[in-house]
Amino acid sequence: MIHRNSLTQLAAGLRAGKFSSVELVRAYLARIEASQPALNAFISVTGAQALEAAHAADRDIAAGRGGALTGVPIAHKDLFCTAGVRTTCGSRMLDSFVSPYDATVVAKLKAAGAVTLGKLNMDEFAMGSSNETSYFGPVRNPWNPEFVPGGSSGGSAAAVAARLVPAATATDTGGSIRQPAALCGITGIKPTYGRVSRYGMIAFASSLDQGGVLTTSAQDAALMLREMAGFDPKDSTSVDAPVPDYVAELEAPLAGLKVGLIKEFLDEGLDRENERRIRDAVAVLERLGASLCEVSLPNLPRSVPVYYVVAPAECSSNLARYDGVRFGHRCKDPRDLQDLYRRSRGEGFGAEVKRRIMTGTYVLSAGYYDAYYLKAQRVRQLIAADFKHAFGEVDVLVGPTSPTAAFRVGAKTADPITMYLNDIYTIGANLAGLPALSVPCGFVEGLPVGLQIVGPHFAEARILNVAHRYQLETDWHLKAPERFS
Amino acid sequence: MSGAESSWETVIGLEIHAQLATRSKIFSGASTAYGAPPNAQASLIDLGFPGVLPVLNGEAVRMAVRFGLAVGARIARQSVFARKNYFYPDLPKGYQISQYELPIVAQGALEIVLDDGRRKRIGITRAHLEEDAGKSLHEGLGGLTGVDLNRAGTPLIEIVSEPDLRCAKEAVAYMKKVHTLVRYLEICDGNMQEGSFRCDANVSVRPKGSEKLGTRAEIKNINSFRFVEKAIQYEIGRQIELIESGGKVVQETRLYDPDKDETRSMRTKEEANDYRYFPDPDLLPLVLGEELIERVRKDLPELPDEKAARFSSQYGLSAYDAGVLTASRDLADYYEEVARAVPGEPKLAANWVMGELAAALNKENLESGSGKMPAARLAGLLARIADQTISGKIAKEVFEAMWADGQSADAIIESKGLKQITDSGAIERAIEEVMAKNPAQLADYRAGKDKLFGFFVGQVMKATQGKANPTQLNELLKKKLPG
Repeated sequence: MIHRNSLTQLAAGLRAGKFSSVELVRAYLARIEASQPALNAFISVTGAQALEAAHAADRDIAAGRGGALTGVPIAHKDLFCTAGVRTTCGSRMLDSFVSPYDATVVAKLKAAGAVTLGKLNMDEFAMGSSNETSYFGPVRNPWNPEFVPGGSSGGSAAAVAARLVPAATATDTGGSIRQPAALCGITGIKPTYGRVSRYGMIAFASSLDQGGVLTTSAQDAALMLREMAGFDPKDSTSVDAPVPDYVAELEAPLAGLKVGLIKEFLDEGLDRENERRIRDAVAVLERLGASLCEVSLPNLPRSVPVYYVVAPAECSSNLARYDGVRFGHRCKDPRDLQDLYRRSRGEGFGAEVKRRIMTGTYVLSAGYYDAYYLKAQRVRQLIAADFKHAFGEVDVLVGPTSPTAAFRVGAKTADPITMYLNDIYTIGANLAGLPALSVPCGFVEGLPVGLQIVGPHFAEARILNVAHRYQLETDWHLKAPERFS
Repeated sequence: MSGAESSWETVIGLEIHAQLATRSKIFSGASTAYGAPPNAQASLIDLGFPGVLPVLNGEAVRMAVRFGLAVGARIARQSVFARKNYFYPDLPKGYQISQYELPIVAQGALEIVLDDGRRKRIGITRAHLEEDAGKSLHEGLGGLTGVDLNRAGTPLIEIVSEPDLRCAKEAVAYMKKVHTLVRYLEICDGNMQEGSFRCDANVSVRPKGSEKLGTRAEIKNINSFRFVEKAIQYEIGRQIELIESGGKVVQETRLYDPDKDETRSMRTKEEANDYRYFPDPDLLPLVLGEELIERVRKDLPELPDEKAARFSSQYGLSAYDAGVLTASRDLADYYEEVARAVPGEPKLAANWVMGELAAALNKENLESGSGKMPAARLAGLLARIADQTISGKIAKEVFEAMWADGQSADAIIESKGLKQITDSGAIERAIEEVMAKNPAQLADYRAGKDKLFGFFVGQVMKATQGKANPTQLNELLKKKLPG
């Protein structure tokens, strides 16, 4: 039952010679294969390369070489470019795209010794909250396959929850790490904007996209993030600041910690059962010595409309490069240039991507720019100011990660607005560029829900510390779906 | 100018695109060298691959600041890169990274010299950094279109003038001035055939005395001074004719066809792209510190206008000569080297550099004399004129020989025996021989036919193979001919 180990335990076990990387990789590959018909978490499985890397890792361990993650199996969300391996972004547009280079995150984890098992399913171009927009079919929630795993990092979350990998990379533009973490009952952190390099991470909305990780525990997330974070000269928006040892700072006591419960998140949209789990979780923090108060961020309720102007605007421009000329899907026998563009893009992109490209094109158009894009940017600044003000009073902010537990596959696909409202509690941290994570804090009707913890810029160590302390007191993070336990 | 044209005033503004002479591209490490096989110099960033990000080239920034300081402009302490969105095969990302609302350089000016010698100030609205696009290739591909992205991502500075230009000649003078300046600053090689320096011209006409601007047409991508002049001339004529025949100028983009010497409509305003500019979220605002700006300022070379003024005062040259000799930094340096090597003869040096040397260079289509006729060698020739070893006339012969075989003036004078005769005894003997051979002419001269003086000068020069010192010869003839 090797898969019951946490990432931290696997890394230690490998170093202690308890098992080999090859054994680990074989075991996890078998689990992946067995799960695929039910969950559809993976788009590509790279078994042969993984075994080769595992052999090399075992040699390194035997020789006393290697990094913090040597021999540990992981998988990447399929929007991180991986050299020589298909990188689809969940889209027909990139169905056959093989990246010629590794994303910085991929290269860093490789350098730390991690072994990649494959590429994980996701909403197309990370646009979605249920993993139903993927060209490669929906991902199912391991707790109940009738339900969605959340999105856009649905494949990553389902894989970690079903113990198909101990950790998976993911990205978060409006909640795409935290919301699926909550819906799948695992831990997920979105770092401060600029903390993790975006180089090689296929862009959706550049000013909001941030790479992070999904694991079963805060401790594992700290270990992964320590290897992933850091300044990258190839990303002009990455921040040149030292990376603390997140693992070393996990144990700090919470006595004196000031916790603010975000008032605006306890609104009529929040499921009452879900609210009870959040209040229970906050009570645990109080028992650990934290003081609690309610904090108001008055502009936060505007984050959904702001997000659905800014993100589509950037996406409409970021996705212009998929034109059928140099890479990606190209229509058959184009008559002329316009036909090549229209059909390649028309065939290559799915409905949600098209909807956002059109929305984004509209809000940037002459005559509408001021009313939409510029105004949204101003409100975005107000939201960031609200957070800044709040962090003058408290150390961390807490609240629910999503309004409800997972919903049924197909339940919200007909109405994009209902789907968009799923991200109502997560978008704020993206707009303000703040680090935020989600930890499992209980179940509502048999499905997990998550507690969100938001910190000031570059306070990853602090929010991981709070999450870890909480997990030392609770066992929600240790629960796995029966079928995969 | 026709009678019709004279009742109209032309208003022209130029947008000049100058490729910056950086080694690598503005947002990637790929080389900017010209002439590589298609796509050999296109990195993943230039190709707009999924996941790649731009990183700004600091050298391009310094070059833009250099330009801004040289035209007395305001250097923005904070400028912003924006995306200009449109679809075209030579634009890999589907957007061009440019600067829109906050350019790096704003509100500068430079002076041009008009035909009548007056100087005119031309405002520079702004200059901004941007990336060049690639090229579409249509030839030799069997009806298909190819895309070469070697040029994609080459740094450009787009220099936008105020609508201060009033005729095609002024536009050319302004463009030449900018051309001179960017080469002085060593920020652009100025090579127009390779497209390193090209411009768009905004042209409109209005009734003389009117304050309101007419509707403008934009002539795109003109890559020679001659074409700028001809394209604008054509366009002015077209617009006036159109208005006078009851038509209306429409705002549109036009292309100049040098073969037919006409401009043709490319697209009208209605068909124009909505570029949907917005700040590029992949690049932070560009913040410039005082220190960097001061360092660039200290590093500025002597600029063309300053140099021309110095040449006038230091070497006593006319404004025109000083202007010609400072048109390029190479030429000015060459001139100064010659002038310094032949002290006291700056005008002689100017005449030779602008005369014989320029003609010889022109004939062989060479840019600079330094290769075939190094300054020191030309100075060697001028020194022999200055010390009267040879006459100016002989000097031209020596120059030709030097140009042909690369020898020094002294070697040629020596081997060809061209040394001027300054021995008055020898000249006197030659005069006496000529007088003896031409008794009839001598008699006529003495009878009052003064014009024959020239005949005797010619005959003595012929007898001495042109080597007689002309001043001495004149004096001696005046003494001897009257008898």
